[in-house]
Amino acid sequence: MEFVDGRFELREIQKLEGHTDRVWSLAWNPATGVAGIPSVFASCSGDKTVRIWEQSHPAASWECKAVLEETHTRTVRSCAWSPSGKFLATGSFDATIAIWENVGGDFECVSTLEGHENEVKSVSWNASGTLLATCGRDKTVWIWEVLPGNEFECAAVLQGHTQDVKMVQWHPTVDVLFSCSYDNSIKSQIWADEGDDDDFVCVQTLDEPSNGHTSTVWALSFNSSGDKMVTCSDDLTLKIWGTDLERMHSGDGYAPWRHLCTIAGYHDRTIFSVHWSREGIIASGAADDAIRFFVEDNEKDGLVDGPKYKLLLKEEKAHEMDVNSVQWSPGEKRLLASASDDGTIKIWELASVPY
Amino acid sequence: MVSGLINPNPVVYEKKERRVRGASSNADEYAVEPIDQQEVFDHIRDIKDPEYPYSLEELKVVAEDAIEVDDQHSYVRITFTPTVEHCSMAAIIGLCLRVKLIRSLPSRYKVDIRVAPGSHSTEAAVNKQLNDKERVAAALENPNLVDMVDECLAPTYG
Repeated sequence: MEFVDGRFELREIQKLEGHTDRVWSLAWNPATGVAGIPSVFASCSGDKTVRIWEQSHPAASWECKAVLEETHTRTVRSCAWSPSGKFLATGSFDATIAIWENVGGDFECVSTLEGHENEVKSVSWNASGTLLATCGRDKTVWIWEVLPGNEFECAAVLQGHTQDVKMVQWHPTVDVLFSCSYDNSIKSQIWADEGDDDDFVCVQTLDEPSNGHTSTVWALSFNSSGDKMVTCSDDLTLKIWGTDLERMHSGDGYAPWRHLCTIAGYHDRTIFSVHWSREGIIASGAADDAIRFFVEDNEKDGLVDGPKYKLLLKEEKAHEMDVNSVQWSPGEKRLLASASDDGTIKIWELASVPY
Repeated sequence: MVSGLINPNPVVYEKKERRVRGASSNADEYAVEPIDQQEVFDHIRDIKDPEYPYSLEELKVVAEDAIEVDDQHSYVRITFTPTVEHCSMAAIIGLCLRVKLIRSLPSRYKVDIRVAPGSHSTEAAVNKQLNDKERVAAALENPNLVDMVDECLAPTYG
């Protein structure tokens, strides 16, 4: 892989201030940052608001275009754009999920989803934008069907986890949902057309006996083709999992995931966020204030023992406090946004350094 | 709140003598003084027990030598000892310690809080909860819990 021999540096492009409490999460609008459309992302915070940031022109700075407030009454923990970029879903500790519609640059709350008993911790749209998944401290995962007229209908309530569910994430190409939890496990749930009440069934649990994590799993991310997944944890490791994509796309859509390798010894405190770029660079954000980048490196030992990953770059003190979220932009440039307990968001460019 | 005391007869210990923080006379008065064990102890020793009109120091829940400080790396670890091993107040006590240190130490500090090994029946669960910042953040948005914490911290304000 080209990155293995390259030299890289991380350049801070911009530091964005505005939130008055820790920034928990951020999400790039997938329909922006390409074809001359200025890039847009949303951030959410302990200050109960969501902020929308837009780049004034390609290659210019980001500015806060809108503050979505007075809808959530507690911390907004998670935000996610629908694939079309028209809707933003936000999940809050106030136990609700708000759906915002972008009408010519103005954001209007068009729906509020209720059902979780307490704190909602994550929201995720499937690849076609027809399903929304949410999860929370009540140990459940909810699947909502998106109906015409901004209606959302609960299609399933999944009860498999034994603790607080930290994150839900749909597979990029198949309607299989992944969730990770304070119970240390990752679950893979799939639509089962059996006509029963339980439309979704848990098809696999990746836990400690299957080489999984030994403490809270905070986040997960897929590579661009969807045959690999990375997870991050309070146990200070990243784990890489792999599956047979062909099998996943055929038949009943289920193919088991297996542990490929563990990236250990690099992080000093809890890893809260991990994101895999389209070109294959894994970024991690952790409670030691650092951002790290990893790439696959199979030059020495080949694939005999499975893939190996090496540290490409570590940015110490990327923020003054914990890094809660790292997200690669959808645009052509290698841009990463990070959100922190210090209340700021930073935009970075991972640039190659000429020899 | 709770009917019946969890530990009906706690042993109350004497408070340690308060020392004046030693400042060597010939030191540069503008030099940044590192945060040490004694300073952190002074922040938490007067926190009131959730149940009794005694401080955590008097109940030997906290002690100076159970505090580890690495000022250079902005790190503190507090190990506290619940009065009884089934103490259902352990999580509240830990939360009080965390809130007090959030308010007292510079924000660059990383704080780990745990119960002393072997001192609590659900040690691992209590430790995990106290060090999950998302759950701590959610707890601190609960008005009843915040009232309880503020009551325990009241004597140390000022």
